[in-house]
Amino acid sequence: MSDERPGYDEWRERYEASALRDGPFDTMSGVPVEPVYGDAPYPGQYPYTRGVYPSMYRSRLWTMRMFAGFGTAEDTNARFKDILRNGGTGLSTAFDMPTLMGRDSDSPWAMGEVGRAGVAIDTLADMEDLFADIDLSGVSTSMTINGPAAIILAMYVAVAEKNDVAPDQLAGTIQNDIFKEYQAQKEYIYPPRPSVRIVTDMIQFTSEHMPRFHPVSISGYHIREAGSTAAQELAFTLANGFAYVEAATAAGVDVDEFAGRLSFFFNSHSDFFEEIGKFRAARRIWARWMKERYGATQERSMLCRFHTQTAGVSLTAQQPEINIARVAIQALAGALGGTQSLHTDSFDEALALPTEKAARIALRTQQIVAHETGVANVADPLGGSDYVEWMTDEMERQAESIFAHLDDLGQGSMLEGVYAGIENGYFVGEIADSAYRFEREVNSGDRIIVGVNAFTDGDDDDKELLRIGAHVEEYQRKRLDDVKLRRDSAEVARTLAAVTAAATAPEENVMPAILAAVKAYATLEEVVMAMESVYGTYVEKAII
Amino acid sequence: MSDASAAQPQLRVLLAKLGLDGHDRGLKVVARILRDAGMEVIYLGLRQTTDSIVAAAEQEDADVIGLSMHNAGHMTLAPAMVKAVETAELDTPVVVGGIVPVQDVEPLLAAGVAAVIGPGTSAEQVAQTIRDAVASAQAD
Repeated sequence: MSDERPGYDEWRERYEASALRDGPFDTMSGVPVEPVYGDAPYPGQYPYTRGVYPSMYRSRLWTMRMFAGFGTAEDTNARFKDILRNGGTGLSTAFDMPTLMGRDSDSPWAMGEVGRAGVAIDTLADMEDLFADIDLSGVSTSMTINGPAAIILAMYVAVAEKNDVAPDQLAGTIQNDIFKEYQAQKEYIYPPRPSVRIVTDMIQFTSEHMPRFHPVSISGYHIREAGSTAAQELAFTLANGFAYVEAATAAGVDVDEFAGRLSFFFNSHSDFFEEIGKFRAARRIWARWMKERYGATQERSMLCRFHTQTAGVSLTAQQPEINIARVAIQALAGALGGTQSLHTDSFDEALALPTEKAARIALRTQQIVAHETGVANVADPLGGSDYVEWMTDEMERQAESIFAHLDDLGQGSMLEGVYAGIENGYFVGEIADSAYRFEREVNSGDRIIVGVNAFTDGDDDDKELLRIGAHVEEYQRKRLDDVKLRRDSAEVARTLAAVTAAATAPEENVMPAILAAVKAYATLEEVVMAMESVYGTYVEKAII
Repeated sequence: MSDASAAQPQLRVLLAKLGLDGHDRGLKVVARILRDAGMEVIYLGLRQTTDSIVAAAEQEDADVIGLSMHNAGHMTLAPAMVKAVETAELDTPVVVGGIVPVQDVEPLLAAGVAAVIGPGTSAEQVAQTIRDAVASAQAD
């Protein structure tokens, strides 16, 4: 049964050793198909261009991980239980804007924003409600938060402990990618260097106590949404990844001890082949750099495993139903690009958080891709196409030229290069230029966006949207007042002072002090301020 | 044509993100559109308060204030901005752009917002809406 093709036998052996899901792996008409076609390197073989695992979706389909969160913790808890009842195994939490910025619901900054774009978390009491009656040892939880990520992670650990679930049983991901905040999403609190110190403390803490938890999800999604090109998304994201690797190794953690728990998050936009080339190039570049530049020896450290979300920015407010078609095409690109998990956007998200119906259609869309199209039968089915291979090389070429620029800026350090690019406005400038170029093309009609600058008939104003009432804000403030009345304020003051002390001592890890403070029901903002008194805040230069 | 436009004073447009919302792609694109349309853009950027915007509008003698909103806080924040402008006894019109569901447009106009610019609006329409808002405020 030996095959002449180099590398094939080695791949076949590993494929045969993989647990497979139930077949049959054949076409709709009954034609049996091979798990992979073409030449080496095969999926699961360095540099992993064709996929991170030898059997890819024949072992396990991508995780259908839908992001949810709105209103109070109880509201979102109900949505979580719904997801679990419907067969979901992963939860993904969206926080509201004040929480993402480390502000309590009673802060003047929170006005109008409490519970609007996600769930409001002020204290451990809210986190207890959010995960009430959910067995945290049996689910994996993704939490999309960055600036105050350390505090939210501490709250998650504290809730689990109260339910007799030890930190080493917790599985999940916290986004915690602070670099892209300065570059694109703008949800930073402290200046870059102290923020990265907190990130490395979290990498260390999870390495020691939470081996099943991913401490950083290095995210290009927001860079793309802010207007970058595909190649910029690819390059800035991987450069940020290299920077975290340099920061953690400089703090004394061995590269193979944490690199395997780094994961990525990419956008899937509408230019089908460009996206697929981008995903393939990401795997190849990460593997090469981890092996050659950072001396990783474990295979896991070289694998670029990533989550994908369809492009929110591509959704049109006009004729919103046609977004279902966009999402389907973008989801297909994610699957053909070998993603490990996928969130499909809802068609009504150009205007508001999704209604339940729209969210269900989005999930059904990726279920169609997974179960009806046959794309999950064969790994990297487009590998070997001259166009796709050229596009993969082209994405890599553009990314390498950006890495060279950053390496130069940092005088041989990608970490310093990323800091420099943040400080001198390189990232925001490049992204704004790309966004404006795209806008000009749409405005001139050179680039067609269906429903916006062409084929505009058929838009009607009768759009059903999810509305979040102002009552959430009132409710949440009252709840916060109650918690403040019930807690031991001396203990709060003592633990907050300890957070400040830990923040002042670079050789200490801030996580244990933060954990003690949240257990005393210190609020999110109180813990943020305890560190802000040491680190200060970051203010972006206002440049167009 | 060039004589007529030279005779017109250059419009001074103040652009800001009010509150915590960090989505600044749209506002930056609008800033460049208005600059290309010959207006002077004063870009305050992120994390502004109604106070900081009023202070800047006074100091910069702005003809119009443009706010960009993407986080569903517009029904609270935009009327608060209008009120702050009135309290300061300015007559600067407030224009809101970004993600505003069509059902919210009428209530915002009723609350004193001069115009609402939604997604997909062309560059020419954006510039014209700003000019109209200023003209109508000056006519009052």
